[in-house]
Amino acid sequence: MLNSSSSLVAPGCSYNISVIQRTAAVAAAKATAAVSRRFRLGGGTALPGLVAERIDPDVIQELSAQLNLGSVIITGTNGKTTTARLLRSIVKEAGLKPVANRAGSNMMRGIAAALVDAASWSGDIASAERRLGIFEVDEATLPLVANAVRPRAVLFTNLFRDQLDRYGEVETVAAVWRAAVSELLAEATVVLNVDDPSVAALASAAEGRVVKYGMEDTSSGAAKLEHAADARWCTACGSELGYAAVMYGHLGHWRCPKCGNARPEPDVFCGLFQTGANGSHVTLKLPGGLVEASLPLTGLYNAYNALAAAAAAAALGLGRAAVQRGLNSATAGFGRQERMFVGGRDVQIMLAKNPAGLNQVLRTITANGSEADLLVLLNDNIADGRDVSWIWDVDFELLEGKTHSVTVSGVRAWDMALRLKYAGIDGGGATTHVEPEPAQALKRALSATPEGSTLYVIPTYTAMLEVRDLLARWAGRGAFWEAE
Amino acid sequence: MKGLALRVAHLFPKLMNIYGDRGNILCLQRRCQARGIAFEVDGLELGDPLKAKDYDLVFVGGAQDREQRLVAEDLVKVKAKPLREAVKRNVAVLAVCGGYQLMGRFYRTAEGEELPGSKVLDLHTIHPGAQAQRFIGNIVVEWNGTTVVGFENHGGRTFLGDGIQPLGRVVAGFGNNGEDGGEGAVYRNVFGTYLHGSLLPKNPKFADHVIETALRRRHKDFRLSEIDDAVEDAAHAAAVRQATRRSIIR
Repeated sequence: MLNSSSSLVAPGCSYNISVIQRTAAVAAAKATAAVSRRFRLGGGTALPGLVAERIDPDVIQELSAQLNLGSVIITGTNGKTTTARLLRSIVKEAGLKPVANRAGSNMMRGIAAALVDAASWSGDIASAERRLGIFEVDEATLPLVANAVRPRAVLFTNLFRDQLDRYGEVETVAAVWRAAVSELLAEATVVLNVDDPSVAALASAAEGRVVKYGMEDTSSGAAKLEHAADARWCTACGSELGYAAVMYGHLGHWRCPKCGNARPEPDVFCGLFQTGANGSHVTLKLPGGLVEASLPLTGLYNAYNALAAAAAAAALGLGRAAVQRGLNSATAGFGRQERMFVGGRDVQIMLAKNPAGLNQVLRTITANGSEADLLVLLNDNIADGRDVSWIWDVDFELLEGKTHSVTVSGVRAWDMALRLKYAGIDGGGATTHVEPEPAQALKRALSATPEGSTLYVIPTYTAMLEVRDLLARWAGRGAFWEAE
Repeated sequence: MKGLALRVAHLFPKLMNIYGDRGNILCLQRRCQARGIAFEVDGLELGDPLKAKDYDLVFVGGAQDREQRLVAEDLVKVKAKPLREAVKRNVAVLAVCGGYQLMGRFYRTAEGEELPGSKVLDLHTIHPGAQAQRFIGNIVVEWNGTTVVGFENHGGRTFLGDGIQPLGRVVAGFGNNGEDGGEGAVYRNVFGTYLHGSLLPKNPKFADHVIETALRRRHKDFRLSEIDDAVEDAAHAAAVRQATRRSIIR
């Protein structure tokens, strides 16, 4: 990769100048982070990275090259943050020190910020000998990041329709990934979810080792393809794929009836998956043997995340004991089944950004059998996707007859109210309440939830940031809204 | 209305189902059933013949590029002729986004390749190249003394021929080509538009207009009764507010 800054410098003095540049970049970024934290200008996740990149465009390359154990990249439509979090937990159990970007800050600047944070003021990564980079990376940014960090392994979780106004079409993303895989170092390992046909197809673009993972326990799968199913066409010949088992979305045990292209046998798989109200249990088959683990996360999509993290650990040569301890000790991440206790109610935030993800959230909530209390928040800011038509691809019909109270909120609250009316949950009626303002909506939803019950909060990304902030402030307090 | 039925041909439901097109079918169904009108829908995929006399309304939605290419071929070879016949006999057609582009004479891709259309409508679409601005955002159109609101996302610019009218005038957004202020097309009982969102659920007046138009071919002077549209109207108004607020900032 050529960068104007270093390529213009005479070869003899480029080393010194690049070191000075890097030191300046790291110092400036660290100062920015400190100022940003001091004045509470946000978590300091993006701006320091932006500053560092501006001063030294090669900062990611130079700092990541110091990570003795190399880096792993995790990308895909859904599951990036949770998979990275689970892998971090496994890696720590293996005695290593991960360097990881924060949830959601998954473009170049987020990676730069994480590396700057791990570096000393002079631009050296501390205890580099045990350092492994674990970076969750935005689908479209993958080529840039892969080029800069030259990863040891890249994991692809899945590819669903998501924010078509921002990412373009599913096929476009698949083509970008293919090109990125073919550019990887020959010694890099590609870790693929073979239950997703378009992810499985990446194997043919890989020069190096491929580790394949998939679900073998099909008992939690869907009866048929969901409305949001995308990649149901054969990547080899274009015919419609047949499914022996559908897991969710277009994930499952697929085969092309025309050309015989079929889901490859996975190297790492989940042989048993059971989910309850507070967690789930997985039995995973890894190259050396079985791992049984309990997760604090529920739902099939989180079994996939655990499986993905285990497959990545296998690709890195980490032991089964670390995988088991890492999964057992994991906790819920930022807005991903994160739990808080407010006014005698258990509140669970279930971030959902696209049809496949939201369908999984709805299945997880309704699996409990009891009538649920819900707060659904729909925003249409750039980070959410400006186009809200995706809610019509979600199977909200799953909720029919299974709700106790429903409150809808956010910038596009009325679009959501209308969608729920169509799903048989009557908007404006006895059970659905529309309150576009999030704080008011949260109070309303809490008071509609019986004491001791769970309120499920289902927000889009920017709505999650808003509502999480409110919940964090109210957590531990009594039912204060009753006094107001 | 005893014995009344709306018979819909849904073209390529598996291939052209992006941007929540499902909401349009759900809306037609719901609004018919609320009036005691039976709703019948047949999904016609690649190779399936279109027996246009069996239907009151033909619906075609949007697709991703790969699918649109497959559909275009089938449309021209298998379905274009009966579709044009049906239009002559006043069968109603609702074509959204990619489906709308395919109703025209041709679509010139970003690479300059010309894909023939079904020639149902005298219009053509040109993609000015990969570097050109894509028309993405909320859109409000003035239609029939009221508004139609939705979301548009298209690279192609559509230009209408002489004998064909735009569906409405753009109040906020881009519309057919970002130049002449027109959005969509109307010809006989064919409605073409770039709006999704989904289009019909939060535009109940337009949805009823499409249903009435489709049913009047066999039931002259047919009128739909009023139903409770409180949530629909609120969603419509909120979407219009959002679209016009954003366009001022832009």
